[in-house]
Amino acid sequence: MTAKVITIASGKGGVGKTTAVANIAVALATRGQKVTCIDGDIGLRNLDVVLGLENRIVYDLVDVIEGRCRLRQAMIRDKRLSELYLIPAAQTRDKTAVSPSDMVRLCDELRPEVDWIIIDSPAGIERGFKNAIAAADRVLVMTNPEISAVRDADRVIGLLEADGKGPAALIINRLNPAMVRRGDMLSVEDVLDLLAIELIGIVPEDENVIVASNKGLPLALDGKNKAGQAFQNIARRLMGEKVPFLDFETQNVFQRLLWRK
Amino acid sequence: MMAFLFRRKKSANSAKERLQLVLIHDRTDLTPAELESLKDDLIETISRHIAIDPTAVRINMAQDGREQRLIADIPLKSATRRRAR
Repeated sequence: MTAKVITIASGKGGVGKTTAVANIAVALATRGQKVTCIDGDIGLRNLDVVLGLENRIVYDLVDVIEGRCRLRQAMIRDKRLSELYLIPAAQTRDKTAVSPSDMVRLCDELRPEVDWIIIDSPAGIERGFKNAIAAADRVLVMTNPEISAVRDADRVIGLLEADGKGPAALIINRLNPAMVRRGDMLSVEDVLDLLAIELIGIVPEDENVIVASNKGLPLALDGKNKAGQAFQNIARRLMGEKVPFLDFETQNVFQRLLWRK
Repeated sequence: MMAFLFRRKKSANSAKERLQLVLIHDRTDLTPAELESLKDDLIETISRHIAIDPTAVRINMAQDGREQRLIADIPLKSATRRRAR
């Protein structure tokens, strides 16, 4: 096994990176892949609660890097999916506790053990972001169809290109099809025109995302809701499958009525 | 009827137009003031070689995928018009 290292970044905070990391990791694991996700947001740890693994943390990323435990000891195994692991962020430290070369070393040690390493980047473009992309084979940039998120995504895409980490692929999160239809939200086409990079996923706005994080049960565990299905599709595309994008915008009135049932 | 249809400019269109301008400047690190000064320098340099109409010069940034392009439209003063003056 040689893992592919995927980092999810956005520049702007609150666009849904942590939810995406949790759900893409879960989706890959439900497809028989061995996955480790790493919370790169040191000091503002959250991937543990979204995955529902917060009560099982003993060691964290900084403990591994500073040699207080072995890599294996910091990997929390998800009991629902035997092939899913989490390396949590340290909560009482800050981003300077880790360097980009630490991340490269850690991922190199982990690569032979798993199929995928999914890294959750913190918001911003400073040290934490640089740590998160250092080992990445591929970076997925996440944005919302909203002016400030698109602007920050563009900055991140430019920085990735300058760093030789491009071309990035784009995930558009929290798309509200009804708002797009009435012309009050940037459409997928608008965002792609502006950012001019490859699209890898469209995730519709879905209340189930909050319900799922309340429970610590990632959506992608059951593929019935639309957001969970969108994350499953991203996982399939990462695995090389050609999956058509869910078409939310061109539905006519009749299709919408049918959809509602 | 038409007035009703076009009553309101769609906010998504405003967002897209505003972003197009903002991204050009974010990507090139060139402020509108700096672009103006670049334009003045260009007019001065070109005028030393050929007669142009400084008021008709247009310089703009354009986006081509993820590449930025500087587009200059510099109308020349025609020789016949100059002789006529």
